[in-house]
Amino acid sequence: MENLEGLEKEKTKRKKEYHKPLNKKTIRKKLNSSKYLLILFAPVLLYYLIFHYVPMFGIVIAFKDYNLFKGVLESEWVGLKYFQMFIESPDFFNLLRNTFLLGLYNFIFGFPIPIIFALLLNELKNMYFKRFVQTLSYLPHFISNVVVASMVVVFLSPSGIINRLISFLGIEPLNWMIMPEMFRTIFVTSEIWQHMGWEAIIYLAALTSISPQLYEAAEIDGAGRFAKLWYITLPGILPAIFIVGILNIGKVLEIGFEKVFLLYNPVTYETADIISTYVYRVGLVQGNYSYATAIGLFLGVISFIFLFGANYLSKRFGQESLW
Amino acid sequence: MKKTKITPFTFVISILLLGVAFVTIYPFLHMIAVSLSGDVHVMRGEVNLIPKELTFKNYEHVLSDPRIVTGYLNTILYVTLGTTISLIITAMGAYALSKKEMFFRKGFMIMIVFTILFGGGMIPTFLVVKSLGLLDTIWAMVLPQAVSTWNLIIMRTFFSATIPKELEESAKIDGLNDLGIFARIVLPLSKPVLATIGLFYAVGIWNNFILPLLYLRDDALYPLQVILRNLVLVEQMADVSGGDAVVVQESIQYATILVSTLPILLLYPFLQKYFVKGVMIGSLKE
Repeated sequence: MENLEGLEKEKTKRKKEYHKPLNKKTIRKKLNSSKYLLILFAPVLLYYLIFHYVPMFGIVIAFKDYNLFKGVLESEWVGLKYFQMFIESPDFFNLLRNTFLLGLYNFIFGFPIPIIFALLLNELKNMYFKRFVQTLSYLPHFISNVVVASMVVVFLSPSGIINRLISFLGIEPLNWMIMPEMFRTIFVTSEIWQHMGWEAIIYLAALTSISPQLYEAAEIDGAGRFAKLWYITLPGILPAIFIVGILNIGKVLEIGFEKVFLLYNPVTYETADIISTYVYRVGLVQGNYSYATAIGLFLGVISFIFLFGANYLSKRFGQESLW
Repeated sequence: MKKTKITPFTFVISILLLGVAFVTIYPFLHMIAVSLSGDVHVMRGEVNLIPKELTFKNYEHVLSDPRIVTGYLNTILYVTLGTTISLIITAMGAYALSKKEMFFRKGFMIMIVFTILFGGGMIPTFLVVKSLGLLDTIWAMVLPQAVSTWNLIIMRTFFSATIPKELEESAKIDGLNDLGIFARIVLPLSKPVLATIGLFYAVGIWNNFILPLLYLRDDALYPLQVILRNLVLVEQMADVSGGDAVVVQESIQYATILVSTLPILLLYPFLQKYFVKGVMIGSLKE
């Protein structure tokens, strides 16, 4: 209780400080005393302004008919024309569905697997074996998307190793990369293969912070392996599971452009084409800048709501958040 | 006195985890074996984990391809230049943000974190890069992603958690300003985090594909990843619609893949230690 009161006091104190009227003198004083820090910060500030904030203002071309020669400011306003065009386009529903489904499947399968992997590793008593498996499992995380996609495509080629393996089971060779119904499975599997070990790190860290005394006490009380798992291990990593889960839901729509772009082809567009790859083709390949910006903004706004909501939730539940 | 008994439970778990380890490493071992084997054995599909009729001719073929050589040199240039610039800028900015007395610190932090949530998107960013005249220059590979917000926050957390305040204060009394403190005291004390973040940047640039895809058209500037994609993916996709003369190509494709990821594989035992450290610092609370 005391702590809570103290915390409240601290909070109001901070609020007061924050709302202290700043007069020109104090600002100038503060500016002067941190002038060297500002010099150190200047390159980062410039970077964020040029490569993040100027593009944000560049979004206005979504509401204009951007003309290369007239420039951003001089081009004519067209209001919501391009948004309407996108929503009415025959690709709209498909793109929205593909983006959502790919993200959703990636979450449903990609989220629990690292947890299970960490729990399994945690059961190992042999430290050398544990370290060996763990160290090996990060490896694919450092391999580029181009390499992973190349491996996938060559392994799944008509004469590739996967087809040779399934031919032992009497299955005819398939041309996997041109089967739209296989795209999501291939994508999600490759994502799991690539990132499972890496994503388990946070859970393994949480597992090591559980006090061994808890386990010893439970053993004295006669708890078995599963009782310990259920009553000690899982509650111990629940906060980590919770925060990672919420943040991952927030990132559902932020599917890696590179991987999809490298794995898809016109034959699989019907399941593989997502909003960001579509933006690339409409904008950079066809040069339709305004339309592509409008589509990008459409995704950006939905994605923002997801991320913001996720962060709000995790803050609400007293967990860490992005800010 | 604890003695580990091998119970059936531990046995099953060990088998499962061995399976995970196998699935992780098998693709690499298979590619190595095939790329080192004679064509006949590859065509018959006989090679699995052990090379048959050991030969280096696939590697000779790959390494004599001028595109691979150019790609390699370009990538090394981009990684060196990019890592240096990114690391310096990030360290400077992170240090400034770690100081409580920094002017408008909170505002700057909000401004930076906001970019995680929302951005201009592909096309507006492209237009900015274009109007700066960076298209088809080495700077297109260095500047547009020069600072990673994640790395900046890791470094800031590190600085505010590990640099003793007393040290900085006494340096200030000795007449050093913030620039001097940063260069003479903070940097020498931060070698581990500099190494970690430097490696994050280096691997990020080595593996980057989206920057050259968006901003480079001139094939003399292509980094390895683009060359690799053109050699393996584009040709493979072409073969999907073409005939079935793919078979022997497989070993050359594997050799190409391995050559382009070799530095990462070789450095891996060293890299992973630093990377895990980075994740741990990142998960610290301020």
